[in-house]
Amino acid sequence: MALYSEKVMDHFLHPRNVGVIEDADAVGEVGNAKCGDIMKMYLKIENDIVKDVKFETFGCGSAIASSSMATEMIKGKPLSEVEKLTNKAVTEALDGLPAHKIHCSVLAEEAIKSALEDYRSRRKDT
Amino acid sequence: MIYADNAATTRMSEAAVDAMADCIRTAWGNPSSLYAFGQEAKEKLEEARETVAGIVGAASPREILFTSGGSEADNQALISAALLGAKKGKKHIISTAFEHHAVLHTLNKLQSEGWEVTLLDVHENGIVLPEEVEAAIREDTCLVSVMYANNEIGTIQPIAQIGAVCRKHGVLFHTDAVQAVGHLPINVQEESIDLLSASGHKFHGPKGVGFLYVRAGIRLTNLIEGGAQEQGRRAGTENLPAVAGMAAALKERAAHMAEEQRKVAALRDRVIDGLSRIPHSALNGDRDRRLPGNVSFCFEGIEGESLLLLLDQKGICASSGSACTSGSLDPSHVLLAIGRVHDVAHGSLRLSLNEENTPEEADQMIQGVTETVDYLRSFSPVWRDLQSGKSQFIL
Repeated sequence: MALYSEKVMDHFLHPRNVGVIEDADAVGEVGNAKCGDIMKMYLKIENDIVKDVKFETFGCGSAIASSSMATEMIKGKPLSEVEKLTNKAVTEALDGLPAHKIHCSVLAEEAIKSALEDYRSRRKDT
Repeated sequence: MIYADNAATTRMSEAAVDAMADCIRTAWGNPSSLYAFGQEAKEKLEEARETVAGIVGAASPREILFTSGGSEADNQALISAALLGAKKGKKHIISTAFEHHAVLHTLNKLQSEGWEVTLLDVHENGIVLPEEVEAAIREDTCLVSVMYANNEIGTIQPIAQIGAVCRKHGVLFHTDAVQAVGHLPINVQEESIDLLSASGHKFHGPKGVGFLYVRAGIRLTNLIEGGAQEQGRRAGTENLPAVAGMAAALKERAAHMAEEQRKVAALRDRVIDGLSRIPHSALNGDRDRRLPGNVSFCFEGIEGESLLLLLDQKGICASSGSACTSGSLDPSHVLLAIGRVHDVAHGSLRLSLNEENTPEEADQMIQGVTETVDYLRSFSPVWRDLQSGKSQFIL
């Protein structure tokens, strides 16, 4: 049995939605180089729906796969649904992660939450 | 497959396989049995012992104890020396910050049981200074343990000088030589070594076997009690096939050592030169005083585990000192000990070559790593911030 599921390897080798959005409506960045994982998510939001999403990640196979999967799961979805995304859902979508890598899926969830926080605070300012 | 992880384990040589198979098929008696068939096995065991003793420069074969590997040898050496010291009221031990966990964790255990441990600085170049060893020695120091060559960054320690310092002060000197035996010419007498650990599978021998050199007159404490094997110092029927395999492998290495060292060092240097062309990268540890096959690098802005996975896709087997590969949140203690900050230590790679690798493979390694680092940097937020000037480059 390999270290990672086929789904994880697929998202690691062929990550979806890689990149940046220059005029993003929301940006979320979590993690720190000290612990070895950093995820940055850029969201384009229109009518409270995630029109586009891009990510950049510094981290292991699980981290890259988790962030890639997370972007797929929120693209085209209404914010009300995106808010409810959990690391559990990301992990399940990936057909599971090794126990010591679950924190990578948590980081993906946090990256999205961080982006939503950014969106909310920007709207408060306008 | 391009295998560049010989520091982790090596392929068994044909001579080792043949020696093992011979013992399994013909000399399978119990070396402790009285009858001729048993004594034949005993003879093979003692032949292996003599071979090993001769190669490391021991005064007598009786100074070689066969174990299940390097970890066991480390454990027995440290615990024995610690207990010998305690009997004389000496409970201070000196070692280094970048020892293998088999040494560090045993020292931790001794510390929790009342011994005091000083871990010496290994500096940016990954080399311990004999003067600093001497300065650290106290009235109550019973043991100094310094690894012969570091497994991660490959740096070779000034063992003979440290040995001389220890002899001068009457302190036992142990060296974990797991990465050095079979690759460097070691002479325990000339280098004033009292205890030395070695592991078979690091020099084309089998896994699950190693040896501990113990200078005559040093009393060991058993880790395993029971029968009287290994002069009463390690109970259990001897793993003759593995021991014979290990001895055969070591004999082969000794016969070709100089030429293998030259060949492998040339490959190593080729890879180091190639990888040095990658921007914002750095070799870990002294450029010259390093094992012939060790290439250890840090690449800024990327993470080690993803680098390894992608190299694996290209058929290249390597390892890393990143946290993700260690299973903890901290990257390798070795890289931290030479002063690499976390950000940079996470982006580490170790390629360990041997005489089976070729120049073509070396070039493929260079190309594979260069491409992979480029690719990972293309979507790394850390790299983006470094490039934009938002954060400062370290390497």
